[in-house]
Order: sequence, then C-alpha cells, then structure tokens
Amino acid sequence: MSNNIVLKKGLDIPLAGVPDLAVSRTIIPDTVAVQPSDFKGLNPRLLVREGDRVLAGSPVLADKKNPDILVTSPVSGTVKEVVRGDKRKLLAVLVAPDEVQESLDFGVPGDGITAGDVKDILLKSGLWAAFIQRPYGIVADPAATPKAIFVSAFSTAPLAADTEFTLASEATSVQAGVSALAKLAKVHVCVKSADSAFAKLRDAEVHVVKGKHPAGNVGVQISHISPILKDETVWTVNLALLAAIGRLFRTGRYDVRRTVAVGGPAVNGPGYVKAYPGTPMTAFKQFYVDAEGVRIISGDVLTGRNVGEGGYLGFYDTQVTMLKEGTEPELLGWARPFRFNQYSADHTYFNWCLGLMGKERAMDTNLHGGPRAFVMPDSYYAKYLPMDIYPLYLTKACLAGDIDNMEKYGIYEVLPEDFALVEFIDPSKNYIQDIIADGIDLMLKEMA
Amino acid sequence: MNKIFEKGGKLYWLHSTVDAFETFLHVPGTVTKKGAHVRDAVDLKRIMIIAVIAAVPAALFGMWNTGYQHSLAIGADPRFWADLWFGFLKVLPLFIVSYVVGLAIEFGSAQIRGEEVNEGYLVSGFFIPLIVPVDVPLWMLAVAVAFAVIFGKEVFGGTGMNIWNPALLTRAFLFFSYPNSMSGSETWIALRKGEALVDGATGATPLSFIGDGMDALTSAGTQYGTGFWDMFIGIVPGSVGETSVIAILLGAIILLWTGVASWRIMLSTVLGALFVGGLAQLCGGTDVPCFYHLVMGGFAFGAVFMATDPVTSAQTDCGKWIYGFFIGAVCVVIRLFNPGYAEGMMLAILLGNTFAPMIDWYVTDRHIARRNKLVKAA
Repeated sequence: MSNNIVLKKGLDIPLAGVPDLAVSRTIIPDTVAVQPSDFKGLNPRLLVREGDRVLAGSPVLADKKNPDILVTSPVSGTVKEVVRGDKRKLLAVLVAPDEVQESLDFGVPGDGITAGDVKDILLKSGLWAAFIQRPYGIVADPAATPKAIFVSAFSTAPLAADTEFTLASEATSVQAGVSALAKLAKVHVCVKSADSAFAKLRDAEVHVVKGKHPAGNVGVQISHISPILKDETVWTVNLALLAAIGRLFRTGRYDVRRTVAVGGPAVNGPGYVKAYPGTPMTAFKQFYVDAEGVRIISGDVLTGRNVGEGGYLGFYDTQVTMLKEGTEPELLGWARPFRFNQYSADHTYFNWCLGLMGKERAMDTNLHGGPRAFVMPDSYYAKYLPMDIYPLYLTKACLAGDIDNMEKYGIYEVLPEDFALVEFIDPSKNYIQDIIADGIDLMLKEMA
Repeated sequence: MNKIFEKGGKLYWLHSTVDAFETFLHVPGTVTKKGAHVRDAVDLKRIMIIAVIAAVPAALFGMWNTGYQHSLAIGADPRFWADLWFGFLKVLPLFIVSYVVGLAIEFGSAQIRGEEVNEGYLVSGFFIPLIVPVDVPLWMLAVAVAFAVIFGKEVFGGTGMNIWNPALLTRAFLFFSYPNSMSGSETWIALRKGEALVDGATGATPLSFIGDGMDALTSAGTQYGTGFWDMFIGIVPGSVGETSVIAILLGAIILLWTGVASWRIMLSTVLGALFVGGLAQLCGGTDVPCFYHLVMGGFAFGAVFMATDPVTSAQTDCGKWIYGFFIGAVCVVIRLFNPGYAEGMMLAILLGNTFAPMIDWYVTDRHIARRNKLVKAA
C-alpha cells in the first residue's frame, strides 16, 4: 500500500495558547499518582500498602484477570496513600518521590533477543500497558498476536505537543523501541512529512500522512494503511511511551518522564515542561493564576479528561490544556451575523468569507446551544471523519445498541477519539464520543 | 430560569416554553460535560434561521405578486406599493395561522417529551404559507398544519425523526381533503368580496395547461403572459412563494453559499427533470421544451427548499444524487402523463422522502459489502 497518504477531510481548530517551543523546567512534584482509571480494560489488584518503599518500575497494580500485566510506579519513593472512593473503589495510589531517583534494573538485553524476551521485559517493567489494543481501545492482551503495531509519530490535536521538538533528541531511544517492537509484530510508523526526525526509522514501515486533524490520530492512519477487520487486532503505542520503551531496552531503567505541552487560552505563558505521568495539576501552578472558573484538562481539548486542580496527568497524556469555563450567557448569540470571538467551521457564520477561519481564538467550554435530535445528514458529519465509515449511521447503531449494525458500520475500527471532531461540529450538541464509548462497552460485554 | 419552571416546580408544565424563549434571547451558559470540551459555535437555530432568510425573497415577491395578479384579474392598473400592501394583508394571516398552530403543538409536544423545543418548525412554518394558494380558508390551513405536525412529525418523535417534510405534508393534506379549495381556477387569485374577474381572465396557473402542450399553454390566460421569461420572473398565478424563479434562485444562492442545503440534491433534481422532460420531447410525448419544467409551478421552490430538507432527504452523498434525480424525474412524469393533476413536485418530493431511507440503505449496504469483501480476502 502507498506510503504517502493525503487526507482531505478534517479540521484544524485554531485554539489560542500555542505552547512556546522551550522547556521551562522539570517538575519534581511532592506526590505522584498511579491511577487505575488511566488503563481501560484493566481490573486492578493492589500490590502495595501505605508506607511501602517503591522504585521506579516497582509493581503497584496488577490486572486481576491477567496478573502478568503490571502497572508500576513512575518514581522511586514511599507509598503515601491509597485513595479509595465509593464501595472502596480504588481511585489512586499516591507515591511521595525521593530526592534522588532510583529505578529497578531490568537489564540491557543482548543482540539475540527474542519476541518472548521483549514481551517478558515489557510486562515486568509495566510498560506493557503502553500497548493499546484495537478494537475497543483496551490494554493489549499479551496472549494475542496482533496483525501489526502502529505508531503515530505526530499529533494534530489542538495545541498538541510537537513531537519534532519534544522527542527529536531521543531518536535513538525511539529507534531502540521500534526495533524491540519489530520482534513482536510488523511495525508501521506514520510521520507528518518526509523530513521528519522519525522518517528514517529502521525495522518499520514508515508512512507519510498529510492533512488536517485527525490525520495524526492513529485510528485514522490504520484505516488508510490496513483497516481492522472482524477478528483482527492491532496494537498502538504513542510516541512518548515508545521512547520510554526504547530507554528501557537501552539502559535497563524504567523512565516514563516526558516533555509535556501546557497550552490553552487560560494558560499564562504556554510552554513545555518535563513531568512524570501522575504529576498533580497543582504542580502546574506557574501556568494559571486562579483555578476558579478554569477547566484543567489532562490531554487535548477534544478528547482529554477534565481532571480539575485536584487531578493528575494521565499515563498516556503528553499535554495539559486549560480553558475558561463558558458559563456566561451570550445575548442573541446565534442571531448575530458575525461572532468574531467564537469559532465555527460552519459557513452560516460569515467569518469564513472574511478570511478569519485561521485566526486563533480563546474558546471556552460553552456548549453553544441545547441538545437536539440529529437533524443534519450523515454527509454533514462525514466531512470531519477521514475514514471509510458513515459517522452518523455508526453513532445511531450505537445509540440503538444494535450490535449487528455496529459491526457492519465499522465499530472495530474506531475509538471515541476518532469521533471527537464530529462531536465538536455537531449542531445538535450531542455527546457523540460518549455514545461511541457506550457502544464499545456493549461490544466488550457481548463479545466476552 | 426561575425555580418554579424547573422540575418539581409549580409551573413545570411551562418549562419547554420558557426555555425556548430564554434560549431564543441568548445562548445559555451551559458548559460541556465530557468529550469535546470546546464546541463549534453553530447550533440548529443558526442553521434554521439561514433557511428562513433564504426564503424571504420568495415571500416578498409572493406578496407583491398576489396583489399584482389581483389587479390584473379585476382589470385595475397595477401599482407597486398598493399591490404589495394588498398581498401583505392577504398573506400575513397565513403566516400567523401556520406559526400559531404549529408552534403551539411543537411546544406542547416538547413539554410532553420533556425536551427542549426544536427549531425545526421555524422553517416549516415559514415555508407552509409559501406553498399554498393565497385564498385557502384559514381554518383549513389550521387543520392541515395540525395534521402535518402531529401525525407527520410529533408521533415519530419530533424534528429529526420525521419521514416526510411537514410543510409538504400540510399541502398534501389540503390537496386530498379539500380538493375544491386547492385546484381549479378560482383559488389562485385573491379577490375581495363582490369583486369579479374581468372578461377573458381565467385565473388558472400556466401549469394546468401543460398536459395539453404548447398551443394550450400559449393561448392560456389573457391576463398574464405565459412565456418562459414571464414564468421565470414569476408574474403568473400560483402558490404564494413558488412563482418567481429569480427570488427562489436568490434563496438558493444563500443556501448553497452557507452550505445549509445540498447542491447535490438541487443539481440532480434539475438533471432528473431535464432528463425525463427531454426524453418525452424526443419521443414526441409532448411539445413543451424540457427547460420549461424548471420555471413552471412549484418545481424551483421544491428543488431548492423542500427536497433539500436535511431530515427527510437522503443522508449520504451518493444517495443524494439518486434521491434528487428521482424527484426531478417523477415530477415531470406526473406533470406530463397525469391529466388530472398537473403539479407533480409535491407528490414527487413526498415519494422521494418515502424512498430516501431505502436509497441510503442501498448505498450503505454496498459500502458494507465492500468492507465484507476485505474480510473474505484477508
């Protein structure tokens, strides 16, 4: 198949607060959280108690069904607290980091490394959780054999971390990671241009994918390279975690610290920091004045989690976005000929004919309307989903819980994140990602 | 919103209505709960209001033409402002009846379902007066609107769930229930009490002659021209908003420029009509040139405003081509081969609405078959 893919559908949302390409500091937090909710499909069993000493890479949680899958501590330190919610549901394990960080040594494997060795090291170190399995978007099953492993070497999401900046210096680690994964299955890497720092990776098939968001979504890339069919599985790994896998194989140490982009209209001096996953949002204090009326999101504005000031950076996330809450009513908003401060991809606002579409805007979290039944046709939504899928038909099949039709319309290929743009432009203001997520949960239940 | 309108409050039964007026005045301060944290500024109100604005030229022209046709019919000298005023007074009650009856039912149903009021009726309510004869009795219009909104829309679950275009359903109801008020020569021209047509004036629309060919058409009315350009400009009798192709084209430009309506449907509807009209001409079935169909009767209005209804038209791009072509073709078939009823557009679009889900089903089914082939190949 072609190694050069150009996508016409999609949309780049011009959100204000693009991070400056400079790392301002390394965040050493006083607490780091390990959160089971980061790992979809895992049923966590707690392996530590309060007061236990852990090193970076020490197991903290294990999956009940598949005890080989471990979630490990990102830092060395002491287990400070086990946070539980209703019905004693495990919410987070808080670790107080040491001043000098130590990691478990997983050893540096030699040249004759086999697929079994790779699997073993990844499982032991906790980096197995980096593999997301499609369909369903759950942590991969070590017993399964994937058709291929896909890595998107760039993100097109609004204000996403620029991987050419954050990881270009770690090209050797990325290469080591790719070489290790190549023992498990064929690896496909998608880059945004032929002169990308990752375009020359060995042991992988490199594809150039050009286009607006969601061209950087791995799901979109898979559907153009090798669509997922019934009974097939593929795994995906994000680039930051791939670099961590590479570091593990090069040095034997577990190091998941990554360069995180902090951006958004509510951010003071948007930029980059180095941080561990599980870093509390209070450690990002330099970027906001007052958390009141500000939404703090771990991830991007389309798919991230609203974690608030008391939340933590997610295991897979490489960006933090801050937005103003849009609780102010707007007088006659919908009836104005122009709304210069709002963004709309629809041509019913005439900003587009004044050439203002690309102008960066300080968008807030206002819904800009009330919930309605779907009125606009499928083709209205399809402009924002560059996959061989009818978005509204799949959404409606999920709404109806109709497994046969969900399967026919391509539920195996998608995750909620692929529908984020469709949800963004929906004039009926439905929570489409949620509908898709419910559909996937239903499939998981029925297929189990 | 005041607490008494909220659930459990004394006036909860007015909740949907209060909410509708509140959100009409300002976009509420509701924030996203999950998923995409930012949302596009567009909502259905915006899309619907554009459709209404697009129909304004046709409505204004229709008002003037109502007065103009009246002046011609009674043998008076046409005067622009007087004609416009006459037409305005004649058409305004139609708008009032359409909106009052339709919105009352819409608000009530929204309250029963516990939902917010959908904006869809803003458009239907504006279109309905434009596609009925100006002299239709108001009580008939009220009954027809009530039927169309309740049985055409609310029983299916409201805007977005309906199968047929509510405005056309209103017209179809009028047509089949009260045929005397919907056809013949008396209905298309508004007359005051005691006024009579001047000698030679028939009041029939050009379309009523189409089955009899060009000779009948050219010798048709003495009070108005029946040339292509007369019908293009719209100075002929007909339903209020349907006569002027110029005014409708203005609306089409607005709809296409803002992307509210589908150009695929408009274009393919025209192609469908030209295809069947041209074929009939070639085979000697009629001597009416095929492009005459585009300017006669309700074709233009139907193709621009009715067939493109986002809810009842085909959903997929490929389906839209088939759907539009089907409507254009069926419309001309009815016009040419059904001597009893000349206006084929209404029935063609309702038939198109009926088949739209099936057209989409075939389009998506082929898509699914293609995907399944990949499974088998793998």
